[in-house]
Amino acid sequence: MSLPVAAQEALAAFAACLGWEQRARLLMQWGERLAPLSDAERVDEHRVHGCESLVWLIAERSGEHLHFRASSDARLLRGLLAVLLARVDGLPRAELASVDLVDWFNQLGLQRQLSPSRSNGLNAVLQRMRELAGRPA
Amino acid sequence: MSLISPWRADFPGILALAAEGQTYLDSAATAQKPQAVLDALLGYLASGVANVHRAQHLPGERATRAFEATRSQAAQWLNAARAEEIIFTRGTTESLNLLAYGLEHLLQPGEQIVISALEHHANLLPWQQLAKRRGLELVILPLDDAGSIDLQQAARLIGTRTRLLAVSQLSNVLGRWQPLDELLALARTQGALTVVDGAQGAVHGRHDLQALGCDFYVCSSHKLYGPDGVGLLYGRREALGQLQHWQFGGEMVLDADYHEARFRPAPLGFEAGTPAVSAVIALGAALNWLNGLDHAAVARHEATLHAELLAGLQARDGVRLLGQPQLALASFCVDGVHNADLAHLLSEQGIAVRAGHHCAMPLMKGLGLSGAIRVSLGLYNDGEDLQRFFSALDNALELLR
Ligand SMILES: Cc1ncc(COP(=O)(O)O)c(C=O)c1O
Repeated sequence: MSLPVAAQEALAAFAACLGWEQRARLLMQWGERLAPLSDAERVDEHRVHGCESLVWLIAERSGEHLHFRASSDARLLRGLLAVLLARVDGLPRAELASVDLVDWFNQLGLQRQLSPSRSNGLNAVLQRMRELAGRPA
Repeated sequence: MSLISPWRADFPGILALAAEGQTYLDSAATAQKPQAVLDALLGYLASGVANVHRAQHLPGERATRAFEATRSQAAQWLNAARAEEIIFTRGTTESLNLLAYGLEHLLQPGEQIVISALEHHANLLPWQQLAKRRGLELVILPLDDAGSIDLQQAARLIGTRTRLLAVSQLSNVLGRWQPLDELLALARTQGALTVVDGAQGAVHGRHDLQALGCDFYVCSSHKLYGPDGVGLLYGRREALGQLQHWQFGGEMVLDADYHEARFRPAPLGFEAGTPAVSAVIALGAALNWLNGLDHAAVARHEATLHAELLAGLQARDGVRLLGQPQLALASFCVDGVHNADLAHLLSEQGIAVRAGHHCAMPLMKGLGLSGAIRVSLGLYNDGEDLQRFFSALDNALELLR
């Protein structure tokens, strides 16, 4: 399984980061790249609950492939969503199930964002993603 | 010159965190412990433990004596009339749940429980659920703009159907002393029982519960520089006598048959099972340590720190305080900045503050906020802690704006 192109790009960018300030800037830049959601999509049906910020996650399916879109009202969380989607977007369902996302955030130097004390919602997003991926077509 | 805390060196935890690059400004969530507490814990555990109130042997006698000594110290600390008015629980939350079950039998459908709009979930949900169980009305006292319970409205809302008033002494979000004397008087006029949530208030200054005249007062050891897993429930003797037993098991029973049992009165009747013996003993050490301090000096230090915190926050563009905090803490948000983003960048810089709803969701909703950042102070914090916080705040805001 080779890394998606966007993921390779994220890895290179975050690996070159020196310090928290650069990492924060980069996260915010990645967050700007998320395709915006329409008002009709920012609805309760797509809310990921269990986050203190507002987060929406939408899965669209084409054949065996899943295409995710996501957004949040918090900027750094949008960045975290962007690097998450970079890793998983467009993968076949079977492959999605086997991606080690904790390791992915580790590689980016963002592992603390997944710690259990965090209420930023990234953990809830991962769980929601697995649920959406597991749903029958 | 930077403000120095003469007590900082007594707290290995704050020094260890500082050495790790962490600035701890979350003492309203839980406080670091003085060396005396660590010594008491290790001293008890290392010299041979035993269960309390049940054994004739020497270790059991020693443990029971130390355990009961904390009860007397807590009674003195709060100026209770007698040691038997102190029940050990697991914390404020358990104390309040105990009350919500123990007083249930006194409340009839249609009667009212009165709380305020600023209550911590621990002083809201047990009453809310009790109201649902018994068909009671839960009345919420509104706040004024400063963040105090509005006394005019309280005088209107506390009425003949009010059977119980449960309010915080010091808000964990707004940092203001609540007008307890007036509120308790209003409740007493109606013959209602009174409960004071002292989780935050107990940590600042000394309180005389006989003078205050509440029926019940609750607090947590872990916020009062003691170990976690222990809380206090003070009850005036007459009030304690009205409590129904709620948890059943070892040591709370006088006499048991297979189908019937008789229970002990307070305090032991409300301490079913093995209590947190080591933590209770170490709480005694915390109270002892606190007793040895110059209280005027502590109050001065805390007030100076708090004034510096407020001045620094108010000097920054776009920072909006929640209410008008008087001591111990300040909650704020920044115009145009999401508090989750700010929290993220503060924690990246080793600033340990709390972000979110602070276990007071209805209060935050009422203020129209999804969350806020709270900086809270302990007596070990100093001027440098605040400077590190402010420079981290400036860095974060520069990045975000
Ligand atoms: C005002 C108030 N009440 C109750 C509690 C609950 O205390 P504990 O978690 O120790 O039971 C807290 C703790 O944050 C508090 O600040």
